[in-house]
This record gives sequence, structure tokens and C-alpha cells, in this order.
Amino acid sequence: MKTGRRFVRCAGLASTEQNGAVLATLTGSWTLAMVGHELDALRAELAALMQRSDVTWDCTAIEALDSAGAMLLWRAWGRSLPENLLIGPEHARIFERLAAADARPREPAAAALPFARIERLGVRALGLWRHALDVLELLGRILLNLLYLCRFPREMPARELGANIFKAGVKAMPVTALVGFLIGIVLSYLSALQLKQFGAEVFIINILGLGVIRELGPLLVAVLVAGRSGSAMTAQLGVMRVTDEIDALNVMGVQRSLRLVFPKVAALAVVMPLLVLWTIVAALIGGMISAEIQLDISYGFFIETLPKVVPVANLWIALVKGVVFGVTIALVACHFGLRVRPNTESLSINTTASVVTSITVVILLDAVFAIVTRSMGLP
Amino acid sequence: MSAPTQQSDNMPIVAVHKLGTRFGTNWVLRNLELEIERGELVALVGGSGSGKTTLLRQINGLLVPTEGEVRVFGEPLFGGGIHRERAIRRRFGVLFQQGALFSALNVFDNIAFPLRELHVLDEVTIHDLVMLKLSMVELLPRHATLMPAELSGGMVKRVALARALSLEPELLLLDEPTAGLDPDRSDSFVRLIRSLGEELGLTVVLVTHDLDTLAALSTKVAVLAEQHIVAYGSMQEIMNIDHPFIRNFFHSERGMRALGKTT
Repeated sequence: MKTGRRFVRCAGLASTEQNGAVLATLTGSWTLAMVGHELDALRAELAALMQRSDVTWDCTAIEALDSAGAMLLWRAWGRSLPENLLIGPEHARIFERLAAADARPREPAAAALPFARIERLGVRALGLWRHALDVLELLGRILLNLLYLCRFPREMPARELGANIFKAGVKAMPVTALVGFLIGIVLSYLSALQLKQFGAEVFIINILGLGVIRELGPLLVAVLVAGRSGSAMTAQLGVMRVTDEIDALNVMGVQRSLRLVFPKVAALAVVMPLLVLWTIVAALIGGMISAEIQLDISYGFFIETLPKVVPVANLWIALVKGVVFGVTIALVACHFGLRVRPNTESLSINTTASVVTSITVVILLDAVFAIVTRSMGLP
Repeated sequence: MSAPTQQSDNMPIVAVHKLGTRFGTNWVLRNLELEIERGELVALVGGSGSGKTTLLRQINGLLVPTEGEVRVFGEPLFGGGIHRERAIRRRFGVLFQQGALFSALNVFDNIAFPLRELHVLDEVTIHDLVMLKLSMVELLPRHATLMPAELSGGMVKRVALARALSLEPELLLLDEPTAGLDPDRSDSFVRLIRSLGEELGLTVVLVTHDLDTLAALSTKVAVLAEQHIVAYGSMQEIMNIDHPFIRNFFHSERGMRALGKTT
């Protein structure tokens, strides 16, 4: 009986039967690179040979043996050397090392606690609570900074404030206007189709006015700013932590909350209501154009009717929402930015968490606003 | 801007008393005592994870010790309001391991940053001072407009040194000043620190594990092991102390070779 194959470089296994005893001859390179090609075939052949009790293993013809090849044999042999083994000393050393590794005591796997899942839930809930406390602490610091600036107005971080207003506000104007305009058109178009059926075309002004000014404007801007500026703020603070720049500021006696967090929060508090106003105007223009085309409502009539059907209180609500959402986005962004550990994974996790959290919190706050202001501004 | 010191000259610049630091349940430092006199160049050595950087971060006020206290220029680092804390921080300069230059500012603005923070100097004076610091660290005026990302490792360290020196500090704290530099750059940076130290009369505390830096720069060595300072003294005194860490660190073949250069 003759099985197996002989390649010059590959791992070779040949078995010959003489007088009832089997001689298995191993040849070629039993290395990671070579064994890998025919792993399953070799494993099957070795297993078949192990069925026989009287096999003599001749390993002297092996050209190269590394730990991957040795492990293949070792496992086929049932993690011990076979009785009849011919092997060179340099290869025997490899098997000695495998035996030594097996002899080392294993680390017992941590026993799963019966309430591990509940415990994890608790840990997460406490983590959420910790986040909330940290954001609250940051807010407190900002308020203290504000008091401090009232006493020492010269320490106002004017450059940082200006830069943030420009980056988060002025540069966001095109995109907020575009999005607002398009949403205005879409909303107006879809509403017009429905209103036509009831002959209630005039109410397009009420729907657009109330919907855009009170709800959609502030929310739209908040989502855009959270994605645009919130993520940028988190990433900026995160990188400053990674490069020790925040530590460098600290050792110079610069208060990091005053220099890094305050300008961002103040900038968004100033800029957000203005962006809300800007987006509302863009959305109403979009809606107005669509209404004129679809329902023949003239621009003059639209502009004239708007203040009559939408009380001005709605605008104030929108502006207050803008301030609150802006402060929230900046605080959440800075909170996650300051939590970044000096590695890239942490930076990406915290940037994602910053955007997701700020949008979620903004929508929650919007719901709170809806409840608190339910009796205001509705005709 | 160096504030005149009212304290007597024999007052230690840095005094660490009964300092202990705990991270979680693990005490990194315990009962640590260290006094550094004016004008010394002290190298802080110790094995990896022995708390060298932790100790340095407590001397420069980035970390509040769990127990005990650190006095710099005879005053505690914390308490007494923002203005007092800031005043004391302006009397020492810190060089971070990676430089920690503000990546959004160019070289000039990085060095000018602490000067502008004072709110007392006009831009013309600041410009002259920045150029002076640049020449002190052997950089050219044309380097002033480069951004930190455009600098080589050695230049980053020089700019960071210039920034650390911009407020004319009395104490300079260096974290691994030669880490990441090739031997040639490392030697010239060490020469620069030593000559500036002598010229400006600085007290220098540096953390290092590079024996060449240590041998070339320090007048005293503080050995940190087993959570406290096990030996503090001149190189000769340290060499005569029998301690496992000192034996391994200084009496190795590599150590003897580095120290042989100074004699």
C-alpha cells in the first residue's frame, strides 16, 4: 500500500507497510507557508495513520519544520510524542517546546456570574448618569467662567470666540439655507396636494408658518449644526488631548474651560438663533414659491397673511429653542471631546457618541419644549 | 518677567513631602520625599511604570497627589485662586515628551502664546522676544512661519523648548527630552539644554531613561523605585549605593560606557 505524494518543497507524507508494521515517512517543508495549502488532506492522512497502533514515524527526512507544522503533527499525535519516532535533535527541540507550553497551567476562564446581564445593564445606566453629571459640571464651569469674565473682562477669549462664530455660524449659512429652502418646497408641495382635495388652499400658510417656524426650523438647524460643528468640536478637543496640547495649556495656567469650552458654547448660543432665523426665512421662501406654482397663492398674499395666522410668540419660541439647542450641542461636544483617551479608537468612538447624543438630546428637549409651550403661540 | 524671589537662597525650589499617588487601588507612589536646590540639574530615573512621569506631572501641577504635598518655590501649587495658581505656573516651563505644540498655530504664535497670555506686552516687543528665543534654540527666523506638522522631530523639541523658555522661567521640567531623536540630534539637544541652563541659571528636572542624556546633563540623580526615591545624590554617590535597580541600570556594560564619557 502506497499513499501520499512527494513534492520537492511541500510537506510530504508517505506510508509503507512491511511485515504488518507501518512506516510513515515525513518529507519536505512542514512549515506554515507549505502546510497551509493542503491542510485538510494532511490532517486526514495523519488521522488515518493514527488509527493503526504499530506506526513508526520517520521524521529524519523533513527539510524544514516550524511551530505551525509541528503543531499539526502534535495534534494528530494526541498532544504527546508517539512511541516509535525517529527525529533529528533540531526538530525534537520544537516538540519539547510544545510539550512545555501544554504543561503550563491555564488561566481559568472567569466564571460567568448569574446576573451578569443585569449587572451590565446597571453599569450602563450608571455610566449614563455619570455622563449627565459631567455635562452638568461642565455647564456649571461655563457659568462660573461667565461670572469670572464679568469681573475680568480683559480675559475674554475674543479670538477663539470670533473664530468659533465664524466657523460654526457664517460658514454654516449656505448649507442651512439650502436645506431649509428644499424642505420648504417639499413640505409645501406635499401639503398642497392634500389641501387641494378639501379646497382649503389658504391653510398652506398656516401649516408652513407654524410648522417651519415653531418646529422644523430649530430642529433642522440643530441636526445640521450637531453634525457639522459638534463633531468638529469633539474631534478638535480630542486631538488636543492626544497631542498633550490641553496639558500644555494647563501648565501655562490657562483655564481650559475658559479658553476651549466657553468660546464654543458662547459661539453656538449666539449663532444658533441667528441660523434658526435664517433657515426659517429660507424655508418660507421655498414654501412660498411652491405655493405660488401649485396653488396660485401670490407672494404678496402669503407675506401679508403669515403674521395674521402665525402669532409672533412662535418666533420667540424658535429663537429660545435655538439658544438652548446650541448650548446643548456645544456642551455635549466638549464633554465627549475632553473624554478622549490618547488613541485613535477612542477619538472615533467619542466623535460618533457626540453627534448621536447631541441629536438625541436635542429631540428630547424639543419634546419638552412642546409640552411646556403647549398653550403659547397657537391661534 | 522673572519675578524676584523673596525667599532665601537655601530654600528648595521643589519640595515634595510625604507624597502618595493612588490610581484605583494601586499605589504608584508612597511616602515620597524629594528636595531640589536652586541651580541643580536633576535627572529622575526609574524603571518603566515606576511613576517617573506621574511624579513630574505632580510637580508641574497637572495631577493632584492623593496625599502629601508638592511645593514649588516654597508655595503650594493648588489653592489661593486662579491668579495665584497662574502666577506660580508662569515661573516654570514644561517640555512635553512629544512637544505638545499647538497644532493650529505656527511656530511664531506657539512661542508668542505664553507672552500674549500676559496681556501686558505689545506686539513689537513680543516679536522681538520670539525672535530672540528662536535664536536661543538655534532656529532661523524663516522657521517662524512653519506649522508644527511641517517640522522634524528635533525642530519640534526646539520650538517646544523655546516656548517653555518664553516666560523666562526659573525652573524647567523636561519629560524625556531626547526620546524619539537620533543620537546625533539627541546630543546636540542635550548640549543646547545644558548651555541654556548655565546661561539662564535654570534649575532643571528631567525624566529620562537614556543614560547618555543623564550622564551629559545632570548634576544630581534621583532614583525612583519601590514607590519612592531610593537614592538622591551626585552620580558618584549613586554609583556607590547598593540597590538592585541601580546595579542593573548603571552598572551594566551600556551604563558604564555612557558614564565613562563624562570622566
